[in-house]
Amino acid sequence: MSHANVFRATFQRELKLLARQKADWVNPLLFFIIILTLFPLGVGAKPNLLREIAPGVIWIAALLSVLLGAERQFRQDYRDGVLEQLVAARSPLVGYSLAKIAAGWLGSGLPLILVSPLLALFLGLSTEALTAVVLTLLLGTPLLSLLSALGAALTLSADKGGILLTLIILPLYIPLLIFASAAVEQASFGLNYQAQLAVLAAMLCVALALVPLAVQKALKLNVG
Amino acid sequence: MLLSARQLSCIRQDRVLFEQLDLQLHAGEVLQIAGKNGAGKSSLLRILAGLVDPEDGEICYQQQPLSHSADDYADNLCFIGHLAGVQPQLTALENLAFWRACFALAPADDWALLAQLGLAGLEDIPCQQLSAGQQRRVSLARLWLTTAQIWILDEPFTALDQGAIAALTRRIAAHCEAGGAVLLTSHQPVEVPGHVVRQLTLEYRW
Repeated sequence: MSHANVFRATFQRELKLLARQKADWVNPLLFFIIILTLFPLGVGAKPNLLREIAPGVIWIAALLSVLLGAERQFRQDYRDGVLEQLVAARSPLVGYSLAKIAAGWLGSGLPLILVSPLLALFLGLSTEALTAVVLTLLLGTPLLSLLSALGAALTLSADKGGILLTLIILPLYIPLLIFASAAVEQASFGLNYQAQLAVLAAMLCVALALVPLAVQKALKLNVG
Repeated sequence: MLLSARQLSCIRQDRVLFEQLDLQLHAGEVLQIAGKNGAGKSSLLRILAGLVDPEDGEICYQQQPLSHSADDYADNLCFIGHLAGVQPQLTALENLAFWRACFALAPADDWALLAQLGLAGLEDIPCQQLSAGQQRRVSLARLWLTTAQIWILDEPFTALDQGAIAALTRRIAAHCEAGGAVLLTSHQPVEVPGHVVRQLTLEYRW
């Protein structure tokens, strides 16, 4: 029972589930698109103002849409007893949770990155800022997925875990939000934003190393 | 002696379900845990499966306390709880493939196995479209795949028809003859051909 085998099996299984339950990845994407199209309508025909607030708006929208599906991440396997059997067999849950997180990112993070250039145009972002948006999303959305998986694992057996989940992970999202929108803002002034990207990459590395271990522990506690 | 428990006690929501419970499971034996609803049968099985720590007492696998032998024990244990462990959007074949990878089981002919369990023609339908009994059969298919010596089954006969119950008891008998041991809960009397089913009754306590 190696981590790699469990990772591969879980990842393939999650991809099948993503293909079958399209709502799981369509809903966050639609939510993201709706927020970003409503903003120009709500703010009105003020291109300068829009351009100014765009970095924050895009990042808040991305954060909320990842949060939208976060609660469901481990819920079904918990209810069906799949997790229980994995824990009883002492299967390597790190492989399982990494696969879940990776597939979760493919469902809720990657689509956002793919549509973000289009949406950045709605908000009148320059090409430099647009590149920064895509780069920060590339580094930031995996981090969002990791943190939301941590929240989902911690609140797994809580009856109405949704609010609790939000309360637990929102503080962890804030540094990400600050550095990511700062990077986009710097880029829109034509300044160098490598420092912000480096900080995002560092946060991603730390989370990638620690979150699967924490998720494994949290899943075990919740099943017991 | 494969599995033994000494002086186990379990407390749920300030209610003592059982205390000072001793239990032994030998190779080739079927032990049925009986008792009313809420008597603590499932809690006992979850403790014995190592999912929950008992309030008090000790579990030994082959005379070794679980704290030393947990990995060996888990490798040699097949636990099927009252939740089926079947992912409803996946087909029976896909569920089997996932277990095989996660529990490191040897490859075998899944189609033949599912046909043997009366699921011929239903192999590639999402499990949520199967009836409760058929889903249970998918979940119990693991017993035909596993090489584990100790089986812990929580209400394995629920929702099964007569034919499936007979197939399951035959499988249990074969497992015992091969030196395995089965610990199960059931509200119906369990008869395993060629084997005496030992009973342990948990009293319902206030």
